[in-house]
Order: sequence, then structure tokens, then C-alpha cells
Amino acid sequence: MVDIKTSLCGITLDNPVIPASGTFGYGYEFAELYDINCLGSFSFKGTTLEPRFGNPTPRIAECPDGMINAVGLQNPGVDAVIAEELPKLAQVFHKPVMANVSGFSVDDYVETVRRFEADEAAKAQIGWFEVNISCPNVHGGGMAFGTCPDAAAEVTAAVRKVTDKPLLIKLSPNVTDITEIARACEAAGADGISLINTLLGMRINLKTGKPVIANKMGGFSGHAILPVALRMVYQVYDAVKIPVVGMGGVSTAEEVIEMMMAGASAVEIGAANLINPYAAKEIIEKLPEVMDKYNIKKLSDIIGGAH
Amino acid sequence: MSRRNTRRKMKQSIFEIKSNIEIAKNTFEMVLAGDTSAVTAPGQFVNIKLDGFFLRRPISICDWNEDTLTIIYKTVGQGTEAMAEMKPCESLDILTGLGNGYDITKSGERPVLIGGGAGVPPMYGLAKSLVAKGVKPQVILGFNTAEEVFYKDEFEKLGADFHIATADGSVGTKGFVTDVMKELEYTYFFTCGPMPMFKAIEGIAKTSGQYSFEERMGCGFGACMGCSCKTKYGNKRICKDGPVLEREEIIW
Repeated sequence: MVDIKTSLCGITLDNPVIPASGTFGYGYEFAELYDINCLGSFSFKGTTLEPRFGNPTPRIAECPDGMINAVGLQNPGVDAVIAEELPKLAQVFHKPVMANVSGFSVDDYVETVRRFEADEAAKAQIGWFEVNISCPNVHGGGMAFGTCPDAAAEVTAAVRKVTDKPLLIKLSPNVTDITEIARACEAAGADGISLINTLLGMRINLKTGKPVIANKMGGFSGHAILPVALRMVYQVYDAVKIPVVGMGGVSTAEEVIEMMMAGASAVEIGAANLINPYAAKEIIEKLPEVMDKYNIKKLSDIIGGAH
Repeated sequence: MSRRNTRRKMKQSIFEIKSNIEIAKNTFEMVLAGDTSAVTAPGQFVNIKLDGFFLRRPISICDWNEDTLTIIYKTVGQGTEAMAEMKPCESLDILTGLGNGYDITKSGERPVLIGGGAGVPPMYGLAKSLVAKGVKPQVILGFNTAEEVFYKDEFEKLGADFHIATADGSVGTKGFVTDVMKELEYTYFFTCGPMPMFKAIEGIAKTSGQYSFEERMGCGFGACMGCSCKTKYGNKRICKDGPVLEREEIIW
């Protein structure tokens, strides 16, 4: 029997598969289809201090082997998430969940995390904070924090002060040197690095001659970005001592293993959930078979093995 | 078969194409055999995985029974063009049970159903559901021109009071669906079609009604927030909380 367990910042995961924020809502759409407790964990929809509608539609464009989204962090705001979404989530998911938070100022991030921490039930549900400093679809925040090492460090250090939970910082690939940002986050107190968020992209509608997406640009994700994500996970694994959560285009059990060999302690599944709602479950079920094929007994042994 | 809009659960399953024929200009009817148990109301849609395309294609359900689904689609891009090339016996991975569908309990005794172009197909399943309930609907279909007209005979066979309008007058009334609608008496309206038609209907409608909206979707089942809209009762996802919205909640 192979061992598919892994560990992320001191919390054991039954398996490394974690649906990525923004592709899994708060879990219950998927819980209609299968028992989502089979997941390692999942990262819930990016939550901000205030409610947000997000960007105008169209927000979605198709690409070869991928898609662009410009949702713009639509979410009901942290208070409604605590009051309404997390109790519903608790009915369908019983493991520590990853709380994905976003903001437009350092204070936004701090206050959002602080409110989660201040609620006993939310605090008990949340295993990790995943701080998104890499959303390409909002102005005056989001990715602005993730493209400058000093700003990334400032957010990390500020949030660090209001939580003792493992703190993951989710990084943008839209930078010249991602290792520099990762090192700045580590030095500022991060417990782990999540990467990659989406790549900034665009499609143009030939009939109208204008961008498909109302916001013009959006985040490119899906199978096509896997090589970029693997390369960056590989680089960041070398650059920091804290664990790395790898994501970007992962769609199969083989690719989970590839991402772990590059250096990921756990692997998030994003756009694949949107086109196959069973993707995460199917990947988990397939892992032992693929491990057998490559003679891997213990999944955690392969982390960073490609180095 | 229950056509009541009960608690919805989507289902992923494989359907086999029974037929796929061009029934009007650039308009195809595809009949699919498979598990239709997740379909609970007219106006719901399916989301179809196509080889070579990343996103699924959301298509409204025209008609369904215990073991077949009928969809009618217009070739508007590469995905639907690929669908048009598909042959009987090929299979498709389809998500069913998506969207709320029309709430027919609000129809009253004499509802009017208004379908425009690619918005005509769900009107057929809706008319059939109403007839099955003992309600005799009035139907107005709008097209640009005669060669785009489809399902005229099918609607007439249902025993609905049937009207057709074409922009060029080549079939039925010359003009728009609203030219017919303004002459009718009705208890409620249901509609699906392009936004300019919706706005024209909104301008003249005398009763409450339901509109079915279209939007570019990521997942089709409520996970990605790709198709959100604002309503008077808060944000809604066209794919999950819609595509059918009630007149009273819509912000134009």
C-alpha cells in the first residue's frame, strides 16, 4: 500500500490535493456531487474585508488549453463569510480549510485575518491562511503587493502579527524574479509560499475587434500554464526553506507528482475543477496507481526530488 | 416524469448522439440519449465537453423525456461548429441539471411565451410542460427571416396559440415579437432571446414574467463567479441562481 499523505506547515494532509481558491467556491456546489472530505483540504473563495461584486461581464474567455478570468474577487465580505458561508461549509467539510484572503491595503489584509481569528468557529475551521498578493484582476491592490519584494514583505509581516496559524503567501508569476519575492515573504515571517496565481492575458473577439473580457485583461489559467508553474515552483523551492504549495495547470495525478518533484509539499487544483467537477476526486483516486507505476512508496519522499 | 422544479442536483454523465441535423440556417437539432434524471424544469441547460476545447459549451434544453435530451444550437463559433460536425453514435460528456429553469407555477391560465432566434428552443420544453399541466400557452417566436425559422410545426402540434414574426416579413407578421405581443391578452410571460428583444418586451409587458439570460460561463455550476449579475435581491450567478430571473428582480 502506498502512502499518499503529506504535511503542510505541521498539519498532516490525507493527500496533497487542494482545490484552489476561486475554483471551488465554499465547497458546497461540489459537495452535491461527491463527499469532499476526500480532499487534502481546499482553499475557499478569496475573501476581502468588504463585500465585492467584482468586474463587469464578460469575465471569462476561452484559450487554447486554458481560460482567462477577470472575476475581480467577487465575494460577500469577511463578515458574511463567517456568518453564512463557513457554517454551511462546516456541514460538508470536516478538515482544516485554507482561508484565502485578499485586500487593497495592508490594513485590509490584517483586518480580514483578524476577524477570522476573532470568531471561535471560524478559527477552529481554518487550518492555514493563504494571503493572495497576486490577483491580477483588481486595481489598487492585489497583484501590486505581489510584484514588489518590500510590499510583499510588509503585508506578510503585518498579517503575521495577527495570527499564529500557518501563513502562506500566494505569489504572482507576473514578475521578473519570483525568488526575490518569495525570499522577502520568508524573511517577513511567512510559513509557506503558494504559487502560481494566474498569468496576465488577453483575447480579442474578431467580430467586435475588441477584447473579449470587459476588464480587457484577465488571469490566464488552465493546463497550458503547467510548465511555467513547474519552473517557478522549482525555482522557489531552491530559494526558500519554508514549504511550497504548487499550482498552475495541474489536471492529472501524474502532474501532481511532477509538481511535488519540483518542490511542492501540496498541490492545488484550479481551472481543472471548472471543466470537470470531479477532477480533484479523480486525481486523488488515481494517485496510488501512478505511484505504483513509478515505484513511489511514500509521496512525501519525492518532494523536491527533481533538484 | 416530474417537471416540477424541485431540489436541483447536477449530474455528469455520458450521452450518445442519436441525431444531429441542420433544421434551419446554421441551426442544428441534436438528440442525445442518456441519463436525464437531473433535468427538473424547462429552461435549464446542459454544459457539454468538446474534444479540443477547454471550456464546456452551455446549451439550453429544448425538450427531454426519461432517456433523451433535445438541444438546438446555432453555429456561432468554433465550438458549435465542431458540434455541427458530430455524427450519431458519437458520445459526449455532459453536465445536466444546471440552472433554475422556469417556474411554471406562476403562469396563470393564459401565459405568453416569447422566443427570439437562439432563444426559441427552451420555449418548446416550456410550452410542453405548461400543456401537460393543462395550461394552454400562447407562443410568439421571432426570427430575422424565413430560412432561420425552426420548430414551427412542433409548436403548432402542441396546440398552443401560435404566432410568428420575422423582421423581413417572409413568414408571419412583419416586424418584431413585441408587435404581436402588444395585441395579446395574457396572464404572465416567459421569454428567452437577445437583449434588445428583452428591452423591447420590458417596455410593453403588462404582467409579471420571467426572462432567461445568457452569459459567458466558466464552469456552469456556480463555482467560478464568471457569470454574475446584480439584481434587486443581491448578486446572482446566471448559471446557478439563473438563467431565469423574475421581472421584479432585474436591474436593466
